[in-house]
Amino acid sequence: MKFMLMMNAPSGNGDWGVSKWPPEDLKAHIGFMKTFTGGLAASGELVGAEGLAMPAQARLVRAGKDRRPITDGVFPESKEFLAGYWIVDVDSPERAYQIAAEASAAPGKGGAPLNMPIEVREVMSAPPVEV
Amino acid sequence: MTRRRPEFTHENLLRELTPQVLGAVIRRFGDFGAAEDGVQEALLAASLQWPQEGLPENPRGWLIQVAARRVTDHLRSESARRRRETVAATDPSQSMPPASIGVPSLAAFLSREEGRTADSTEPDDTLVLLFMCCHPSLTSSSAVALTLRAVGGLTTAEIARAFLVPESTMAQRISRAKQTIKSSGVPFGMPTRDERAERLTAVLHVLYLIFNEGYTSSFGRSVQRTELSSEAIRLGRALHQLLPDESEVAGLLALMLLTDARRPARTGPDGELIPLDKQDRSLWDEAEIKEGVTLISATLSTGAIGPYQLQAAIAAVHDEARTSHDTDWPQILALYGLLKRMSDNPMVALNHAIAVGMVHGPRAGLDLLKALDEDERLAGHYRIDAVRAHLLERAGDLDAAVEHYRAAADRTTSIPERDYLLTQAARLAARRGSQ
Repeated sequence: MKFMLMMNAPSGNGDWGVSKWPPEDLKAHIGFMKTFTGGLAASGELVGAEGLAMPAQARLVRAGKDRRPITDGVFPESKEFLAGYWIVDVDSPERAYQIAAEASAAPGKGGAPLNMPIEVREVMSAPPVEV
Repeated sequence: MTRRRPEFTHENLLRELTPQVLGAVIRRFGDFGAAEDGVQEALLAASLQWPQEGLPENPRGWLIQVAARRVTDHLRSESARRRRETVAATDPSQSMPPASIGVPSLAAFLSREEGRTADSTEPDDTLVLLFMCCHPSLTSSSAVALTLRAVGGLTTAEIARAFLVPESTMAQRISRAKQTIKSSGVPFGMPTRDERAERLTAVLHVLYLIFNEGYTSSFGRSVQRTELSSEAIRLGRALHQLLPDESEVAGLLALMLLTDARRPARTGPDGELIPLDKQDRSLWDEAEIKEGVTLISATLSTGAIGPYQLQAAIAAVHDEARTSHDTDWPQILALYGLLKRMSDNPMVALNHAIAVGMVHGPRAGLDLLKALDEDERLAGHYRIDAVRAHLLERAGDLDAAVEHYRAAADRTTSIPERDYLLTQAARLAARRGSQ
């Protein structure tokens, strides 16, 4: 079964604002993320992972009456934003939760675990075999 | 180092023969799409059989024969299908695809092939195919994919892996590209004299895109992607051999070699981006530098000067400096001055401002950036913030530098670049002693 693990980072300038961390903490965090994703690839569980660009350029788009795009944004005040995601193929929801917890504990300022929320959602699949 | 000069392997031979075989089969059947499919099947058959049974006496003839047989089979079943569909109301011969009309003379054709000596190839087919695959009716992503398959001889799976997309996506992209070529009615031949310059520019652009795709993203997990750079260089070499007097072809090849030479030093042990002035230059590929410098020196003294040659000349100045302090910035500035006059590209203007900053001091560079703020094409682009941050740092204005490094990090869409910019901001903030 496949799950999408979504890393939702709060915007603003709190402890999670990576741009204000000291260099060594930043390095540790980047190193953790690389090792973590590399480990999922090595265990054969990683389907895909992408980091998203910062939300500064994000737009909401709707089709207008003439079907042309109407864009809305930027949203500097949004409370949180999707920073990136992993899609994993695992045997049980428990394994997906375990992976999410590892990601959640990524080191932050001063090396302390961030404990950031990771949203775990199952990916829809083909209908089951008829019995 | 000789790693770019591939030793003899079946794979290298197959890749080299691909455009020649494809050209011959297209000539025979006139159907680019069917010929391309047939050649892919022949390549697959060869990669399975040759290592087992040994190399055939005439590998090129073998491939053409197998590919032609596949195309014939395909066209026969296709025409049979059409005959069934069109019932018996019309003359069945009219529903035959025109390309299959000459099929009975296949034997005659093949005996003609056998008469060739091994080296009497038709190198021009590579050129014709390049022009075809880089046709302006295609989007650049389609042209890139089609070029890699039809001229480069890569499989769809290999191309998909290199671009990190599913194989089915890439197969569809290639199939659509072939359809576009078919429906646009591009003839299999060289472009007319009037079109030639424009079409050659398109070919060079596609090769450069392939190179950049491999070069800029060859970080950590995606090792295969560096193959794209090598492939672009290989195709560039082939093109330069076919068109030795085209100075921009030589310029592009030199630019790719001189850029690629720095690749081993561009990434640190943890996959981090290392800027030019911090690179360990002993890791640079001396053979590539030598080849690139020789090529660009010879070209600049003869042909018409163009943007690829100027960029290659700039890369050569960097590559010839033993340390970053030895870099001949006045010469780079002069070259950017020429380049700026030749092309109205804001990125060139930005690099020109960096060179001004190196020669006349950071404040002079910052003054030029002010003018670039007005350029809408650069509005909100992270590079302008990154360059400003760098110049501000050199000017000693650390607060403003931190702010612009952070702004640039917020805007870049490359993870290694973002990590690098954040690290710069963090380093300066730490030095400043506040947060």
